[in-house]
Amino acid sequence: MLSNRVISFDHVTKTFITHDGENQALENISFTVGDGEFVTLLGPSGCGKSTLLSMLAGLFRPTSGNITIRGEKVSGPSRQIGYMLQQDYLLSWRTIRENILLGLEIQKTLTVETEKKALKLLSEMGLLSYKDHFPSQLSGGMRQRVALVRTLATNPGILLLDEPFSALDYQTKLKLEDLVIDTLRRKQKTALLVTHDISEAIAMSDRIIVLSPNPGRIKTVIEMPDSIRKPLPFESREVPDFQTYFQLVWKELNNG
Amino acid sequence: MKAIVDKWLQKGGRSPQHKNFLKKERLYRLLVFATQLIILFLFLGLWQFASSSNWIDPLLFSSPLKIWITFIDMIAQGNLFYHLFVTIVETAIAFVLSTVLGTLIAVVIWWSKFLSKVLDPYLVILNGMPKVALGPLFIVAFGGGYVAIIAMGVAISIIVTTIVVYSSFKEVDPNYVKLVQTFGANKQQIFIKIVLPASFPTIISTLKVNVGLAWVGIIVGEFLVSKMGLGYLIIYGFQVFNLTLVFVSLSIIAICATIMYLLVQYFEKLLMKNRG
Repeated sequence: MLSNRVISFDHVTKTFITHDGENQALENISFTVGDGEFVTLLGPSGCGKSTLLSMLAGLFRPTSGNITIRGEKVSGPSRQIGYMLQQDYLLSWRTIRENILLGLEIQKTLTVETEKKALKLLSEMGLLSYKDHFPSQLSGGMRQRVALVRTLATNPGILLLDEPFSALDYQTKLKLEDLVIDTLRRKQKTALLVTHDISEAIAMSDRIIVLSPNPGRIKTVIEMPDSIRKPLPFESREVPDFQTYFQLVWKELNNG
Repeated sequence: MKAIVDKWLQKGGRSPQHKNFLKKERLYRLLVFATQLIILFLFLGLWQFASSSNWIDPLLFSSPLKIWITFIDMIAQGNLFYHLFVTIVETAIAFVLSTVLGTLIAVVIWWSKFLSKVLDPYLVILNGMPKVALGPLFIVAFGGGYVAIIAMGVAISIIVTTIVVYSSFKEVDPNYVKLVQTFGANKQQIFIKIVLPASFPTIISTLKVNVGLAWVGIIVGEFLVSKMGLGYLIIYGFQVFNLTLVFVSLSIIAICATIMYLLVQYFEKLLMKNRG
């Protein structure tokens, strides 16, 4: 277990200090994520979920405690990490092809070969024929798929998903959940999802970490049974166990 | 005849309703254009009539016909083009300089939060100041030549450019910045990949404002110091009481400023075409 530990939070606390005083966002967070695992951080707004992801992505540091990726302390943005935001944030002045190459350009790893790989990913998402279109010509679901390609193009081992489906309509969201899980499993990526959507958390994850707000603390950790874990999210929702777990998580979130 | 006009008005219609809609739309546009023309000709005609029948003093207010004749005369003598050339070159230089320098200053204060805080009150004061009042200082500093005139043109629009462009830099959605930061982007990459292209539409729209402002600066500058240019012609015409000359200059300025504005607009369309 120790050998394949990819992400590790060790007694992490974060306090934001501003002009108006202090605001403790996270308190004593400890958990680990193993290789190829899909873990969800579930909690209401204000529980510091996004703060947690941002610190893991190296955008800022914890006030105390340690965050490590494959045993190395996080001290800045790492190439092992791909980050997906709430919205696609595609650049309107770039074509789809230019958009998916953004990460490679910034990391100065854009070569004929990496571009080919990125275009292959685009074709796996069924969007190759749109490569010369501009983002405004695509639907919300297509745009979020392009954003996924952009994230995967730099070939990160770990994906951080910051409510990536929250801006989509329900139908598109269900389809995209399946696509993301299928893609991540095939490519054997480790993933950390942040959401406040209970059924999304249950349908997608191997493990759910329930957080309570003000300050963000880990309340409980719930392992998903194989019956829910194994199928794709859409089918997981049909499994009888699903309702049982929904009730379980619901209670955890709601009792003070 | 009516059939041909009707056919043209309904061109491209896909159904009787659509044809009818197109016809109405085109007729409306024609009506607007015709009204614009009528206002122009009414104005010119009334001016001409009032002047020739001495309702207004022709010595003071000239007349369209006299202006036209003077215009043709000056072209024949060849000195009009010289004045025009001088003014246009000065305006173009002032326009480019103020846009480029204004944007550069905006980049510098975007780069350094400290500098932007320090410079903030100075920008506010400079922006509120009537730049024309600096005229005498420019003459003392740069002499009575074209340098002082261009300085006036630059002074009038550079601060506005800086303020507008800087605020557009600041208004870029921070999530785009976060996006490239997660890829490990440094400050230079954030600026070149995100902030600058995202602010491009604003920069282009300041160009349109700057065209007008550059003209103001240059004409005022020429009022103050020049021996040539359209601003000089206006002052000279006023001094020798040849107001027809003043009107010729005014008309040319109106036409040139419009052409420059249209050029910038065309340039804008060209650049914005590739933004989806």
